[in-house]
Formats: sequence, C-alpha cells, structure tokens
Amino acid sequence: MILVWAVVIPLLGGLAAWLSGRLGSAFPRWVSLSALALDLVLLLTLLDGGPAGSRWLAEIRIEWIPVIGAGIHLAADGLSLALALLTAFLGMAAVAASWSGIRERTGFFHLCLMSVIAGVMGAFLSLDLLLFYVFWELMLVPMFFMVAVWGREGRYRAALRFFIFTQAGSLLMLASILGLYFVHGTETGRYSFDYADLLGTPMGLATEFWLMLGFLAAFAVKLPAIPFHTWLPEAHSEAPTGGSVVLAGLLLKTGAYGMIRFLFPLFPDAAATIAPVVHVLAVVGIIYGAVLALGQTDLKRLIAYTSISHMGFVLLGIFAWEGLALNGALVLMVCHGASTGALFIIAGAVEERTHTLDIGRMGGFWSSAPKMGGAALFFALASLGLPGLGNFIGEFLVLLGSFRVNAAAAVFAALGLIASAVYSLWIIQKVFHGPAPPEAGIADIGGREAATLASMAAVLLWLGLFPGPFFERTGIGTAASMPTGSEIEREAVTGVAGRIGREKSGRPPGLARHGAGEGPEEMRGRQQGK
Amino acid sequence: MNSEVAAFFSPGDFLAILPEMVIAGMACLLLLVDIAVPRTKKCVVPALAVLSVAVAAWFSYELAGSGVSAFSGMFVLDGYSDFFKLIFYIVAVFAILVSLRYIRTEEIDLGEYYVLLLFSLSGMMIMASGTDLLTIYLGLELASLPVYALVGFLQKSRKSNEAAMKYIILGAFSSAILLYGISLIYGLTGTTQLAAISAALVTGDVNGPLFTLAVIMLVAGFGFKVAGFPFHMWAPDAYEGAPTPITAFMAAGPKAAAFAVIMRVFLEGLYPAYDSWQMAIAAVAVGSMVVGNITAILQTSIKRMLAFSSVGHAGYALLGLVAGSEEGMASVMFYLFVYAFMNLGIFGIVIMMRKDSQSGDQISHYTGLGKSNRLTALAMLIFLFSLAGIPPTAGFIAKFYVFMALINKGMVGLAVIAALMSAVAAYYYIRIVMLMYMREPEKEFALASSRGLLCVLIIALAAVVALGVYPGYFIDLARYAAFPL
Repeated sequence: MILVWAVVIPLLGGLAAWLSGRLGSAFPRWVSLSALALDLVLLLTLLDGGPAGSRWLAEIRIEWIPVIGAGIHLAADGLSLALALLTAFLGMAAVAASWSGIRERTGFFHLCLMSVIAGVMGAFLSLDLLLFYVFWELMLVPMFFMVAVWGREGRYRAALRFFIFTQAGSLLMLASILGLYFVHGTETGRYSFDYADLLGTPMGLATEFWLMLGFLAAFAVKLPAIPFHTWLPEAHSEAPTGGSVVLAGLLLKTGAYGMIRFLFPLFPDAAATIAPVVHVLAVVGIIYGAVLALGQTDLKRLIAYTSISHMGFVLLGIFAWEGLALNGALVLMVCHGASTGALFIIAGAVEERTHTLDIGRMGGFWSSAPKMGGAALFFALASLGLPGLGNFIGEFLVLLGSFRVNAAAAVFAALGLIASAVYSLWIIQKVFHGPAPPEAGIADIGGREAATLASMAAVLLWLGLFPGPFFERTGIGTAASMPTGSEIEREAVTGVAGRIGREKSGRPPGLARHGAGEGPEEMRGRQQGK
Repeated sequence: MNSEVAAFFSPGDFLAILPEMVIAGMACLLLLVDIAVPRTKKCVVPALAVLSVAVAAWFSYELAGSGVSAFSGMFVLDGYSDFFKLIFYIVAVFAILVSLRYIRTEEIDLGEYYVLLLFSLSGMMIMASGTDLLTIYLGLELASLPVYALVGFLQKSRKSNEAAMKYIILGAFSSAILLYGISLIYGLTGTTQLAAISAALVTGDVNGPLFTLAVIMLVAGFGFKVAGFPFHMWAPDAYEGAPTPITAFMAAGPKAAAFAVIMRVFLEGLYPAYDSWQMAIAAVAVGSMVVGNITAILQTSIKRMLAFSSVGHAGYALLGLVAGSEEGMASVMFYLFVYAFMNLGIFGIVIMMRKDSQSGDQISHYTGLGKSNRLTALAMLIFLFSLAGIPPTAGFIAKFYVFMALINKGMVGLAVIAALMSAVAAYYYIRIVMLMYMREPEKEFALASSRGLLCVLIIALAAVVALGVYPGYFIDLARYAAFPL
C-alpha cells in the first residue's frame, strides 16, 4: 500500500497545491514541500527490507482492466527504491529551487511539478507495462507545460520539440508493448501486460529485435542518446530552474531505468545483439556532449550538454550489462541527479540575480558571493569525477565494468573525463573568477538555497566516501535482474579469451537471464579486493 | 431466421421497435406542441424532447438482451444495437442541452429544430438495428434528411445555406451510389438480408468483377457517411457552416450510426468476402488518418480543424473494422462511445465561446483563455488531450484498444502508421493548448454558459477522465455487445 501512496501523494499534493494557490502564492510551495517530505519518509520505511524470499521489498497488485490483462502492479526492489527516493528528494529540491523564481500562477506550476513527480514515481514503481506507459506519458504533459508556460524566450519551440520527440518515441514503445503482449499471448495463451508474465517470453530473434527497438527508441530519446538528443539542450535551458532540475535529475533517469528494468530482461538476446552499436553511440555521446559543452555561452545550455556526456556513461554502463558497470550506472544516475540538479539551481540563482545566463557577461562573482562560488566549485568537481565524491564511484565502476566487455569503448569513454575536467573548471573560472563586468557583485546564497545545496552535497559525499550501504540496498534488486555472480567470476577468470569463445557461441558475456541474489556480496568483496 | 414463412407482421414486431416509435411519434407530437405553446414557454419543447429520449431509453433498457428478430429478420434487437443506441441517446440529449442557449443567440429558436433532431435519432436507431440492406437504407435516409435541414438552419448565414446545399447534393449522390451497390449485391446473391447474403457468399461463387464493383460502391457510399477520405470533401464545409450544436451532433451521432451499419454490413453480410474488402477499407482508413490529420494542421477555423480531426478519427475507427475480428469490432464501439463524450465536450466549449458579437470560431480566439477562464481552459485542455490520445484520458484507451486489435491480427504496419499519425495529431491539438496558456488574452472573454451546457461539460469531462482511468467496465460491455463472427 505504501507504493500506491507513494504515487498518489504527489498527485494529491499537487491538486491541493493548485487549490491552495488561491489563498496566496506561498501556500502551494509549502503544500508541495510537505507532501514530498511525507512521500520521502514513507519510502524510507521500505529500506527495512521486504518479505523474506521475495525479490521485491514491497509489491501490490490491484485489478484494473482484467479483460485485457492489465493490472495495477506496483513493486519496488533496490533499484526502484533508490530512484524513487531520488525522485522525492529532487522533487523537494525543485520546489525549493522555484521558491522565489516562480511568481506567476504558482498553484498551477506546482500542480504541474507534482504531476511530473507522480509520473516519474509511477514509472519507477510499476511492473505492468500498460501502467508503465500511462505513467510514462503522465510525466510528459505537465513537463511540457512547465517549459512552455514558465520558460524563457525560446520556450515555445523548446516545449514543442520536447513533446514531439518524446511522444514519437513513446508511441513506438507502445507499439512494442502491444507486440510483446500478443507474442506472449499467442505463445502461452495467457494475455497479460504483467512484467512477471512477460519475462522470458519465447520468441524468434528477429521478433525480439524489432520489439526491442521500439523500447530502445523511447528510452534513448528520454536518456538521451545521440542522435536523439537534440531536444535536450533547448528544453533544459529554456525551462524554469525547477523544471531543469526535474528534467535533468529525474526524467533522464527514467530512460536509463527503463533499459535496466525492461529492455534487457525482456529482450536479452536482442539487446546483446545491438549492444556494440550502443557502445559506440554512448562513447560518441560522452565525447560529443563534453566537446559541445565547451562551446556554449549560455550557462544552462552548457550544463545541459554535460548531461548528455554523463548520460553517455550511464548508457555505456547499462549496455555493458555487467555487474560492476550496472551498479556504477545506478550510482552515477543518483549522483548526476544531485550534482547536475545543484548546478542548475546555482545557474538559476545566478540568473535570478543578474537576469542573464550569458557566461560572457559573468565573472568575478566569487568576491561578492563566496558561498555560492564554493558550492559551485564543489558540484563542478563532483561533475568532473573527483575521487571522494559519488560521481567518481559511478564513472569508475562503469569504466571498470565496461572495460571487460568492450575495452576500446572504455578507453575512449575515459577520454571524456578529460573534457569534463576542462568544462567543469571552465564554468568556475568564467563565472566566479576572472575580470568582473562593470555591474559586478551579486547577493550570496540565502538559507533556503544553502540548505538545498548542502543536502545535495551530503548525498554526493556519502556516495563518494561510503557507498557500501547503498550497494547493499540497491544491489539486491540490480543483481536479481542481472548476471549471476558466478558468471561474473567466471568472466574475470577466463578473461578475454573466454569472452571471445562465448561470443562465438552466440551469447555474449554476462547475459544470464536469471539472478541468484548472490551478486552484491561477491561484488562488494571484489571491490574491496581491488 | 425462418420467420419468412410466418406472417409478415406479428404484434411482437411492434414491441421490438417501441423505442423507435416513441421517438418518431413524439417528434410528430412536438410539431403540434410547438404551435400550441406560447412563445414565452418555448422551453417546453426541448424538455419534452429530452423526456421522450429518456422514455425510449427506458424501453430500450427493458428490451435489452431479448435478442428479438422482428419483421422477418429485417430488424434485430441485440447487444450490438443496444450499445449503439446508448451512444445515440447520450448524443441526442447532449445535443439538445447544448443547443438551448445557442439557438436563442442565433435567433433560430424554432421547435422544428428539436423535432428534426428527434427524427434523425429515430433514423439512427433503425440503422443500428437493421439487418437488411433495405432497412439500413431506410434508417440511413431518415437519419440524414433531417440533418441536411439542420445544417442549413441558420437561414441568414450564407455559409450555412451553402453548407446545406453541398451536403444535400453530395449526400444524395452518395445515397445513389450506395443504392446501386445494394442493387448489385441483390443481383449477385438474390437477397438483401445480411445473414442470407453471408450464406450466399459462402456457398455460391460470387467473387467476380461485379462483386468487386458492388463492394467499392458500398465502401464509397458508407465512406461518405463517415466522412472518410476521399469521400470527406463535404465535411469541412458542412461542419463549418452548420450551427455548432449540429456539428457536434453530426460528428458523434450520425457518424456513429454509419459505423454501426458499416460494421453490420461488412462483418455480418460480407464477412465471407473479408479478403476482397479489407484492402479497400484499409485504404480509406489510412487516407483518412493521413489527410485528416495533416490538413487539420493548416486550419485557422476551429470548426474546420475539428472537422478534419474528425476525418482522422474516422480513420482510426475504421482500422478496427479492418482488423475484422470481434475484438476489432469492440474496439470501434468503444472508440465511438468515447468519441461521443470528447467530441460533445469540445464542441460544448466552442458553443460557449459564441456570445453576442463574439463568434468564437477561430482558433486564434482562444488565445489566453487559460489566463482569464481557468476552469474552461482546463476542461478544453482535457478534451484536447483526449482527442490527441494522451493518457490517462479516455481517448488514449480508445486508440490503444484499436491498436491492440490491429496488432493482434498481425497488422503491425497499419498500427505504426496510426501511431505516427497520432503524433501528428498531437501537434495541432497541442497548438491550441499553447495558445490558451502561453499567450496573454487580447480581450475579455464573454462565455455563454447555461445550465444545460455546463451539465453536458461536466458529464463529458467526468466520462473522459473516468473512462481513461478505469475503462474496464465499458470495454467489457463493448466486447459483450459485439456480435459473434
């Protein structure tokens, strides 16, 4: 029942915020914030662990449209829970980030924001493909509004582009969902949209490949992977700060989550077939995003391009489909949410004070706003992968894991790290150091901003210095949908020779369908061994 | 089916058409009532009209599930006809309610207006129940003729007169084509009864060029009635010129009735020849989706835009027929049920925008509505999203169900085209949303709301949301109501 509430509370909170907007513009903020806090607390109770013997920490099934075999099936394992917690957390950050920036129609804004959060939450928790699709679409429309109504000058184009790209992708996914539904139905005589039923559907490789492509289209657009990324810089930079936080922090993660939860487990062979291609796309994305980030003059656009680069790492980690890389991708997802979200909040704060995002017109803010400068430096360092902060763990694990699967890809991906160091430091240098423009001097961050940024920094520090507990919780779920520990072990022992042998036998490394749950322990053992 | 040997009429036959008789009889009676009541008490007529629909609905409810076949198998009461009649009753009542204030504004407050609506309703009901090509033709004409008159009801508007003229000429033309097709079928099979046609197609060898010609003529005749490409040319003009409540009525009522007939004819009578008509219908469906949706993008008048969008929607619904399965049939029925609500809802808002000198029929008139009239804009938004097929609205489930039927029959290509066309459609619906929310209003909006209109809007809104979130019951109903193949 907690899972149902986790989705319903943001929705109800959004409605309450909308209604309370008539009383005064401060009400929606407090209503949203407290609803999300309640949600966060509820989800935290799930950390205690689920019923013994189940791979889910919590699970619930409610009848919905029985005639076509669709049900309300929500469940959380470590993977879902980590991302659901991130959703509630970043949701609060987004509310805080819009505290002073949104003055017009605050009620409606918070309704949109909370609906997006409900949609994201639902997508992370639902195990019924039709329900997943409904939530997938639910995040789209209010997000479109957030960009289009409260965005900057180019919002009209940006919102429309965002909408059309994601809508086209999700319609293809819908076609694939239906295809899978019928393939499964005709093979087994049981028509169902349920994830548990659809796992391991017997089908030919060609069918599997086409169905997989539909899912890949939707997820690759959301993630975004090159060449489906063109909506992202515009949408991120034109959105209001709260919207950018949600977009970068949460919406992009739904694409990655979909790949881990649905794409690989449902279509293991097809995903393995296309994996080499995706590796190339991921590496191109990493380098391309980083290089383009260097060329930006708009602060939010710059951060948006760094997102493309970071999500390239996530994509590489997922399509390596290897224990370490997957866990790395998950950590990176959480950390990217926090670090990029924080950078967007800082960019928003700068914009609020200077009314511009043109980097050329900034400079020397450190002297007038040292606290903001310090925070920016911290998150920029996190973004470039400084050891001791969470992003480092994520990127390191991704590289380590993917090196075993595709060494060349890992080597080139590592090059992206150099570029990320350049652009991260470039932000700091241009915005906070250097010659100050004539009207220099901005107000430093206030208590609310400081609290938001500090909590995000705490997450990064925790994941960077002491990630053990995180893996312990989330590893449970990831491992269950992941290659078994023994497979990884064997992989490590047999090395490259073994890999080539298995590639010849048709099944690339690390692609066992079922997990035994022994993964996390062994993995941690190996990590410590390193 | 062997009732041919029995007496031509039996008293039970008249029991079967009791709802139709109520409607037709009340329509005649209302003509007299209209003369009798003084001008100040004109609301008596619409009230009685609604009442007669309610009585007919009650009779239909009582008769439901009896499965009677009357008049020597020319008329049947089955779950299929009951489901469609439910749609017609809803559409008719909604059309009456949204008209109340509108026809006063337009100064066409004549009792005949409601009388014509009722006559058209009775024709639609006969269409849904007809199992003989002649009964079907009879119903079709009875449903169409009053609508021709209603389209031209705005006597002072040249557009309205022109629309009626175009509609009636093209309508007569298409009826002739349809009749020709019917006569060819009769010549080939020796019967006009759908069940007998089906039997003749199974036993006899009627697949020849003449039969193909007959099928093409039937497709053309019916294609005209549902405004499917390339027989849709009349629709934009007729939709734009007609009084707005009539536009709403046409797009939801007679169109649904035409679908009822098409499915009955093609899936019952001509089902054995599925292979020979499937391609023709598929071509009409794809053409309607492509042309309807793409042309809609270019429109500046909201009524024309909705006309083209309705062409597109006819295309989606026809796809369910192309699937040629019981599931496909149920999907079309559910689609039309949902379409009735979203269509009347959105036209209800267009009607609301018509006040005094404000015509409210241009898309640009909606600029900034979201800022000045929040609730109206929100309702419009939900209807638009439903038309675009975005979850969690009913429009999504309706489209989804059609896609499901298609993919189940392995017609993935058609489903992909339909999905891509939905993305195109989303564009022009969203454009209106952007106008409403992203621009400042140019002037104050005056909204002509009335109790009847609000009632329709609230019910339609509730239905669009409820059917989207929890469609199980009505999907079940549609599946149950679909006749077995």
